[in-house]
Amino acid sequence: MEAATTRAVSAGVELHGVSKTFRDGRRAVQVLKDIQFTAEPGEFVSVIGPSGCGKSTLFKLVAGLERADTGTTEIAGKAVEPGDHPVAYMPQKDLLLPWRSVIRNVTMPLEIGGLGKSEAIERARKLFPIFGLEGFEDAYPFTLSGGMRQRAALMRTVIQERPLMLLDEPFGALDSLTRTEMQEFLLDVWDRFGHTIVFITHDIREAIYLSDTIYVMTARPARVRMKISVDLPRPRNIDVITAPRFTELEAELLHALREENRQQEATI
Amino acid sequence: MSVISNIRARSASGVATADGAAAEVEWVPSWSERRREAMVYLPGLLLPIAILVVWQLYVSAANVSPTVLPTPIRIVTQLYEQREIAWINTAQTLEEMAVGFVLSVIVALLIAFVMDNLRWVRNALYPTLIASQTIPVIAIAPLMIIWFGFGLLPKVLLIVLVTFFPIVVALLDGFAATEREAMDLLRTMGSSRLQTFRLVRFPGALPNFFTGLRISATYAVLAAIFAEYVGAYHGLGIWMSQSKSSFRTDLVFGAIGICALISIALFALIAIASRFVMPWHYAARRKG
Repeated sequence: MEAATTRAVSAGVELHGVSKTFRDGRRAVQVLKDIQFTAEPGEFVSVIGPSGCGKSTLFKLVAGLERADTGTTEIAGKAVEPGDHPVAYMPQKDLLLPWRSVIRNVTMPLEIGGLGKSEAIERARKLFPIFGLEGFEDAYPFTLSGGMRQRAALMRTVIQERPLMLLDEPFGALDSLTRTEMQEFLLDVWDRFGHTIVFITHDIREAIYLSDTIYVMTARPARVRMKISVDLPRPRNIDVITAPRFTELEAELLHALREENRQQEATI
Repeated sequence: MSVISNIRARSASGVATADGAAAEVEWVPSWSERRREAMVYLPGLLLPIAILVVWQLYVSAANVSPTVLPTPIRIVTQLYEQREIAWINTAQTLEEMAVGFVLSVIVALLIAFVMDNLRWVRNALYPTLIASQTIPVIAIAPLMIIWFGFGLLPKVLLIVLVTFFPIVVALLDGFAATEREAMDLLRTMGSSRLQTFRLVRFPGALPNFFTGLRISATYAVLAAIFAEYVGAYHGLGIWMSQSKSSFRTDLVFGAIGICALISIALFALIAIASRFVMPWHYAARRKG
């Protein structure tokens, strides 16, 4: 089959004893403290925690945008060096460039990687039907709805064919119906391409519905409070949220998060 | 007229406007809408006409001497009679402005690019640039004549000096407004600084660039006239000065009128260029 529809080579991530401190004027703010984190190849791992706890910093370390003060970050058993770009990153904002058509937004990472424009467009074109955006290749992003924009942004992430995808609250700004559709859609994409996905969210249900494993972070400085394996059968559809096991997991996570939120507020 | 008739199937290229997965359509304005759109420009046209009419009536009724204040009709007819001289002077001013303004834009783009990419250049250059804007044109223009003579060079230099600064400031503001997250995203894609500049920072600053350009355009006309006023062989500025000295007030007004037309034409040219360069900007604005 063509490159666009083949499964990606997935890679695991391992963080050992990772800490990170930022300077805020004269104050040192420790954001991450002794993080232990693992995602197996092909696994869907979610990270939840109080807002502002440092989840995005964790992503920046894995994406090579920041360097950890201590500890090691390994992807596919190899330490991440500055200048490495082992992951495809999808931020909360779609960040589609308004002056580029949808397809040129999608091809941008390929063009940055040095692929010719026409070749990049050829490759992107094959993805459009999968992402339900056929016919919108030459449209400007502002003409698309929120869900369509997010699908385009996801396409821009998938096309990079990196073994690991980091999704930072990608559906946070969507209305609940669109959000549910996007979650189902993401599971389809994951099933088709088989990436390792690390997913940041605030939404407990979203985390349970999507993930194999969930990490709950503590209030700042963030540590791993607990790690839960979501033992719900796959393939899942949205009806799974009424399963008794789902409700149990939800209650467990909710309690843990509320406690952390309270501590977070106490420190502010 | 029904709504349906306003919608025309879209060809393969162009801007698609569609919220759902429905058909891609283009909005074709009806005649009544076009008339409404034209009405927007009408007051802008009516006001100067009204002023000219009042002017004409007052001067004829009060019997003012043409040396003090000529009627608009006299200005136009005299300008027509002197059309060859008028054209020689206009052509000269247009040449100065074209060379000066194009050079100014190039200089501004280069300076802004370097300042955006090298922090120390930015820190070193900014105070001097701001200081350069406090130099009064009135003082520097005669000096330019002393240094560079009566030819094209001093005019072009003065135009560049006066017009490049608003463009540089607008560009730097535009570059700085680039979203941090967008830069981070491109870095994860392996983008180099130069690629990020080309792909995100520069296109994102284009709306600012055109705003700076519009401000500069009005300065450009002023600078050209002023540079000529203090010394030139030809040009609208020196023609104004000569006409004033020979009490040809009508021709002074004629030259002023030509200057106004040049300004408006330059403004329109920039507006057309910005629509051509940033169709996405205007399409997005129309929508919301």
